[in-house]
Amino acid sequence: MSQANMTMGAHHAAAVEPSPFAIPSKKLAIWLFIVADAMTFAACLLAYGYLRNATANWPTPFEGITNVAIMTFILVTSSLTMILGIRAAKMGDKAAAFRWIMITALLGIAFAALHLREWSNLIGEGVTLFKNPWGTALFGASFYCVTGLHLLHVTGGVIALIVVGLRYQGGRYNADDVEVTGLYWHFVDLVWMFVVPLVYLLNLNLGK
Amino acid sequence: MAQGNDYSSEGTGKYLITYFIILAIAALQFVLAYSGGDMTRKFTHMLILAFIEAIVGVLFFMHIWSENRTMKFFLMLVVFFVLATMQYGWPDSFRIHNGAPFSSYH
Repeated sequence: MSQANMTMGAHHAAAVEPSPFAIPSKKLAIWLFIVADAMTFAACLLAYGYLRNATANWPTPFEGITNVAIMTFILVTSSLTMILGIRAAKMGDKAAAFRWIMITALLGIAFAALHLREWSNLIGEGVTLFKNPWGTALFGASFYCVTGLHLLHVTGGVIALIVVGLRYQGGRYNADDVEVTGLYWHFVDLVWMFVVPLVYLLNLNLGK
Repeated sequence: MAQGNDYSSEGTGKYLITYFIILAIAALQFVLAYSGGDMTRKFTHMLILAFIEAIVGVLFFMHIWSENRTMKFFLMLVVFFVLATMQYGWPDSFRIHNGAPFSSYH
């Protein structure tokens, strides 16, 4: 290598900041995304709460909590399997990491399937975006928007988990990539903790 | 290059405890849903429980607890600015809800 090239290489290395503020760049990026996305959900849930509070004939269509309880259990459990996957990846145990990531993805698919089944039941009962048999039409629009936004995140997360899992196993991605995907997955799980009480538990039909 | 914390040295016990705490709080939310009483009080309690769940999750599943101080400070700063920006929307919602008149500006 010539002297000129070596000098240029050294300048280039000095110009690249690998770890701004001593924070790994990928982790910083996903955290910024999470904060921004949390505010998107906060705005949606706030709007939902406002509509629910300000509308007199808000429907309370949910007869039981079995489905939503199972969905919650699945999502919280998927957070545990994800963290076990991250831990295995950090320890360099590729087979275990891949296995845990794929279990997490399967749990995500199960969650999405239950969610779609619930949507299907509600649509069967006549709840659409613009009308429902019980009360204000705003119920359907706000319910499908909030839960749909969350379902979109779960679907995106499942795709990301499968892609990252396969590429990690193939050696194209490393443990940091698994960790970053895990941060997103935990976020999706935590958002559900706010969706459940607001959208489901406060709309239970308690036989009034 | 520093690539964050090494979680591999940590046992799975901490994660299992976090998992069961989050499940227990979620179960409490479901129990609250069936309790009688004022809807506003119920809503407030559920929201407090959701925030506790989120804090536990962020601290121990998302590892903020063991992140470096710069990272924590940076995130707090960003969250503060986004919340401050959201102040634009909240007072307006309450103004409409309480039936306050619109601005006289035309």
